[in-house]
Amino acid sequence: MIVADKKPIEEIIEEIKEHEKILILGCNECVTVCEAGGKKEVGVLASALRMYFLNQGREVKIDEVTLERQCDHEYLEEIRDVMDQYDAVVSIACGVGVQFMAEKYHDTPIYPGVNTCFMGVTEKRGLWTERCQGCGDCILARTGGICPVSRCAKRIFNGPCGGSVKGSCEINKEIDCAWQLIVERLKALNRLDDYEELSPLKDWSTDRAGGPRKVVREDVQE
Amino acid sequence: MKVKTPSKLEKILAAGHLAVTSECGPPRGTDMEVIVEKANLIKDHVDAINITDNQTSVTRMCSLAACIRLKLMGLEPVLQMVTRDRNRIALQSDILGAAAFDIYNILCLSGDHQSFGDCPTGQNVHDIDSMQLIQTVRHMRDDGKFLGGDDIKRPPQMFVGAAANPFADPFEIRVPRLAKKIAAGVEFIQTQCIYDIDKFELWMKMAQDRGLLEKVAILAGVTPFKSVGMARYMKNRVPGIEVPDEMVKRMADTPKEKQPEEGIKICIESIQRLKEIEGVRGFHIMAIEWEEMVPKMVEKSGLYPRPSVE
Repeated sequence: MIVADKKPIEEIIEEIKEHEKILILGCNECVTVCEAGGKKEVGVLASALRMYFLNQGREVKIDEVTLERQCDHEYLEEIRDVMDQYDAVVSIACGVGVQFMAEKYHDTPIYPGVNTCFMGVTEKRGLWTERCQGCGDCILARTGGICPVSRCAKRIFNGPCGGSVKGSCEINKEIDCAWQLIVERLKALNRLDDYEELSPLKDWSTDRAGGPRKVVREDVQE
Repeated sequence: MKVKTPSKLEKILAAGHLAVTSECGPPRGTDMEVIVEKANLIKDHVDAINITDNQTSVTRMCSLAACIRLKLMGLEPVLQMVTRDRNRIALQSDILGAAAFDIYNILCLSGDHQSFGDCPTGQNVHDIDSMQLIQTVRHMRDDGKFLGGDDIKRPPQMFVGAAANPFADPFEIRVPRLAKKIAAGVEFIQTQCIYDIDKFELWMKMAQDRGLLEKVAILAGVTPFKSVGMARYMKNRVPGIEVPDEMVKRMADTPKEKQPEEGIKICIESIQRLKEIEGVRGFHIMAIEWEEMVPKMVEKSGLYPRPSVE
């Protein structure tokens, strides 16, 4: 899933303080799972903002809506009839949702309420860690199912570097060395000999480096 | 042994001599005299001088400019190049720039993470890694071609080196990793600072058993301690360096004013022991901001005078 983290409320207030009718818009997908932008967080943020404006002696309308998703037209259309009631929206979906909202509701300011962080997993409640950077050319078959692009601080394809110490990355003992994990995994798969295959120079044209990307599937288009 | 490049370092190794290299860090400014002075301190006692490339990710004068200065002094530079800061266009471009000044040695590294340096909020590049940089230089030299496939007019002639850390984890792949660098085309290795000589010897033995030591020249890396504080720092704080407890104790048991001398002594003893290890083809003396001690260490280790080669 896409993992996001809440923005400090002071930052959100700074963005929206001039507005008077504000919609807090949540998303029922990834950001709900990582407890940053679901229905519950919409409620918490809305309450905090109401409290803030009340203390400021200002009457600001703050409404709450949580959509099934903010990355699909059909769900964003659900709020078309009510959008004229607001002069601003704080979307606490990921950056994808914020942008799709901005594209669809062209003349309404949309402010992000979370920082979108990475594609990752829930290790346990309250702990999410990165697994994928969407490079567009998956090499996990060669690396025992562990990704050096997203999990090595130097995205080294023929690792580990000299900074791997007791399974930890040189930049932080709390971070696993991806190449230690790869070696352990290759060993468990009885494929340690594969370690010695040189990984060729990566074609980054499918990555961010190649410019904004799209996937076109004519076979499923209507 | 036939040489492939005009590198003095390669010729010395090919002639069967123990090679001696050292290194200088460029200044944090534009005063080139800093490099000239450091080089003058060591030039008669080493065969080649590495110039570090923004080591520990602290911004400094570029390695290439300092290497050119050494070349103009008639010395033999080793251009250190990290993949952290440059993509494949910039790396190839700098290789050509160095080769245009007849810089004949390159050391291919990934580089310390930028979080250690003065720009921790910056991006890192890592378009390719150190092994792929080795492949890139060899491709440019041996095939005379750019990565993109076009011909290079007057291809670079560089003796290709890399670092190896016999002490980093996981230990079981340290020798396979050396094999991988050799497969990538590396011709000489400068190792991480060696303090745990027993462990280094084991690594060399394992490399020898796989027949790797005939394919690459290993220069054993050494760094003298200036103080017990430095010994402790190396032991506890520098990733991938192992310092035996007895070595730290020996420094700690020495009165403070005598510690620099003791550190040099330990280093010379290490070189003597390392000389006896089969496959050690030379030494890389990293006297960090202590270049003036290099001549003494080289002399006391029986590595002086340096051989001359055609």
